[in-house]
Amino acid sequence: MQLPDATTLTTCGLSVSDPGGRILLIACGAIAREVLAVTQANGWTHIDLTCLPAILHNHPDRITPAIKQAVDKNHDQYAQIFVLYADCGTGGELFDLCKKLGVEMLKGPHCYSFFEGNAGFAERSKDEFTAFYLTDFLVRQFDAFVWKPLGLDRHPHLRDAYFGNYEKLVYQAQSKDRELDHKAQDCAARLGLNYERRFTGYGDLESTLTGWID
Amino acid sequence: MADEEDDIILSELDDEALALQMHDDLYDGLKEEIEEGVNILLGRGWEPYEVLTKALVAGMTIVGIDFRDGILFVPEVLLAANAMKGGMAILKPLLAETGAPSVGTMVIGTVKGDIHDIGKNLVAMMMEGAGFDIHDLGINNSVDAYIDALKEQNADILGMSALLTTTMPYMKVVIDTLVETGIRDNYIVMVGGAPLNEEFGNAIGADAYCRDAAVAVETAKEFMDRKHNQMAPL
Repeated sequence: MQLPDATTLTTCGLSVSDPGGRILLIACGAIAREVLAVTQANGWTHIDLTCLPAILHNHPDRITPAIKQAVDKNHDQYAQIFVLYADCGTGGELFDLCKKLGVEMLKGPHCYSFFEGNAGFAERSKDEFTAFYLTDFLVRQFDAFVWKPLGLDRHPHLRDAYFGNYEKLVYQAQSKDRELDHKAQDCAARLGLNYERRFTGYGDLESTLTGWID
Repeated sequence: MADEEDDIILSELDDEALALQMHDDLYDGLKEEIEEGVNILLGRGWEPYEVLTKALVAGMTIVGIDFRDGILFVPEVLLAANAMKGGMAILKPLLAETGAPSVGTMVIGTVKGDIHDIGKNLVAMMMEGAGFDIHDLGINNSVDAYIDALKEQNADILGMSALLTTTMPYMKVVIDTLVETGIRDNYIVMVGGAPLNEEFGNAIGADAYCRDAAVAVETAKEFMDRKHNQMAPL
C-alpha cells in the first residue's frame, strides 16, 4: 500500500484503497505512516486503513463527529473497527462516543503522549510543561499546522504571544531521519526555542495495535 | 497616490465617526491609529472612562463576537488586543486619577502545570475594560498562589484558565481547598479554557464556565450585581 504525501494526508486523509480486510483502522492522518509501518512489519494483511484529515488536530471539536461518521459508514463491512486517536483535545467526547459505539480507541491525551509512552510522558510532563512537541509528521507539516494557522507568516511579531512561555521544542522522532532532524532544528529556531531531539519510535501505538490485532 | 487619497484623517472625523472608525481600526489591529484616536477624543474633552467604553470596549466586543462566530481567528484577535492595549496604556493612568468606579476585584491566572495564557490575557483585558480591578497571576499557579492573592487583594472573583485536558483537573483542587478552608463562599469562581465546558464547570463546583472573554465579562457583572443586591440593607 502506498500512502499519499503529507499534504494530502493533512487536508484529505486517506480512503480505504483496497477494501477486503476484516478489520478497519480509522486513524488520524498524522500517524498514517507509523500505523502502516506497524501493520506491514507484522504482516497483517487482513487489515484496512482509512485516515481522517490530519488537520483536524487543529480543530478538535470536529474530531468526534468525523469519527462517528466514519464508523457509521463502515461498521457493516467490517468485523471489527479500531479508532486510532487518543483524546486529542476532545475533552472526553471521543472516549464517550467510542464507548457508546463499542469500539476501542488509543489511550492517552494525545499522540505526543502515546508515542513517548503514556506512563512515561505523564511522569515527565510534570516537569516538562514548557516544552512544545513535534512528531515526524508535524515537522514535515510545520507550516500547515503551526506557522500559517497562527498567522506567523503574516505577523511574525506575534511569535512571543504564542511561544513566550515555552522554553524548548522537543522533536519526538519516530524515525531516524537526519533531514527531519535538521528541519525540526529549524522549526525550533523559528519559534525562538531551544531544541531537543528525542527518539520515541512508535511507543504505545505499536504495543496497543499488537495487543488489539494479535 | 490612490492610497494617500483614501487615507482617513482621524482628526477630521466628528466624535461619532471617529469612535466608529476606532472600532474598525481595532478590528484591523491598528495600534498606532488606536493610540491616535484615544488622544484625539481625550483632547476633545471626552472622559477617559467614556473613551474606554465607547471606543475601545465596544470595538473589542465586535472582535469577540466575530471570533466566536468563526469570522475572525486567533491571530486577528491578538492583533486587536494588542491595539487595545496601546489605547489602554494611555487611559489607565487617567482612569486612576479620575477615580473611575471599580466594579469588583478579580484574581486571575492559568493553573499549575499550564503555560497557556492567550485566552486568560484576553479575559483579563476585557474585564479591566469593563471596570474590574485585575490581579493577573500569570501562568503555572499553585493553590497557595491563588488563595494568597485572593486574601491579599480582598478579591470578589477568582478566574482560572487551562488549555490542557491534563491540567484542567487542577481547578478542582483549588476549589476543594477553598471549601476545606471554609472560604469558598467568599468568592465567585469562574473557569474557562478550550477543553472545558459547562458540565465540567458544574462538576468541579465552579460558579460559572465562561466560553469566551465577552461571556466572562457579562457573567462577572451579573454575579457582582447579585452580590450587591444581597448586601443591600433591607
